[in-house]
Amino acid sequence: MSDTRTRVRGFIVEHFLFGQGATLRDDSSFLEQGIIDSTGVLELIAFLEQTFSIKVSDHELVPDNLDSVDRVCVYLASKTPKT
Amino acid sequence: MTTIDCTWLSFDAAAEVERIVARLREILSRDLKRRGLVVGLSGGIDSSVTAALGVRAFGADRVFGLLMPEKQSDPDTLAISQIVAEALGLEFAHEDISAILESVGFYRRYDDAVRELVPQFADDWKSKVVIQNGGDVAGFNYFELVVQSPSGDILRQRLPLKTYLGIVASTNFKQRVRKMLEYYHADRLNFAVAGTPNRLEYDQGFFVKNGDGSADVKPIAHLYKSQVYELGAYLKVPEKVRNRLPTTDTYSLAQAQDEFYFLVPYHQMDLCLYAKNNGISLEETVRVSGLSVDKVQRVWIDIDRKRAATRYHHLQAVLVADVPEIAL
Repeated sequence: MSDTRTRVRGFIVEHFLFGQGATLRDDSSFLEQGIIDSTGVLELIAFLEQTFSIKVSDHELVPDNLDSVDRVCVYLASKTPKT
Repeated sequence: MTTIDCTWLSFDAAAEVERIVARLREILSRDLKRRGLVVGLSGGIDSSVTAALGVRAFGADRVFGLLMPEKQSDPDTLAISQIVAEALGLEFAHEDISAILESVGFYRRYDDAVRELVPQFADDWKSKVVIQNGGDVAGFNYFELVVQSPSGDILRQRLPLKTYLGIVASTNFKQRVRKMLEYYHADRLNFAVAGTPNRLEYDQGFFVKNGDGSADVKPIAHLYKSQVYELGAYLKVPEKVRNRLPTTDTYSLAQAQDEFYFLVPYHQMDLCLYAKNNGISLEETVRVSGLSVDKVQRVWIDIDRKRAATRYHHLQAVLVADVPEIAL
């Protein structure tokens, strides 16, 4: 598991699920699973911006970018300059 | 201007008033064991209709009105609320809550939160929070802080988590202080507190938990906003109220409700919610509401998200285990 995936998944499981994330799949929709709501989205954005030193733009605030561990990882890959 | 076919929401206002009045009498005598209603009057249609229904049910001497502006309230709020109380023949009290808000540190806490984003924000500046939508039709909502300098310059910035929570937490003092005063007067009079949400507000969680969301009875929570206006006309609520745009009257800059919480004006929100609740097709909803396909879809998605996000607002304290002797 990549370091990015581990950190994103770790945040979701610890912050929203109090560590009870054994059944959370990386492609599970946060919205459909009831894991995050509108304030939860703000919490996720704050985590991503602080942890990965990125700026989430207004037009990027869509489920395609933020609604599962998989989607967040793909989104981060598009934001993080490759070295 | 878009012509809207409102037959979906048409109803017999006289019959509805009789139904509500009968239920209010039952609820107060059988469930609540209280002798009348306290209603916080904001000068808006919802509280005015609620008070008028209370008068129909119990008589003017069994409804007590409270006028609770503070220094950031719309200057018209107090005068219009007083017109309503006088038109209904209510006894009422004017409780300016500015001093209470000052003493709990509301103004300082609010200003401190705003200054996290706009360091130059000062006493003579004004501000409000407005809703925005991200990206595509399924985009998440987010909030922007809008501030206006004394010279009229406007700044807008997306609210980050900490500032957003700080602003919401502090402004919630307003609704909670008002509710505290409503319960003071209710206790003193042995009355019940009437909540004033309409169906849009109740369904979408547009209220402060233990603030305006707290009440003993909510007489119009089943009625769409357009229907509340119809009852207002039937009950002869003063025209100044019926012609007033719905506002939150929470922030120092003027703010319509659809700027803060709803994605479209109330009459179109009513139609979208009604259509969603009654399984009406997208095509028909687009035709009747005058909204685009994308907009109706966005509103429907948003309705579901707000229901999920504000379930917490509706929940009573949750027990870890049942206490079967206490049946509610």
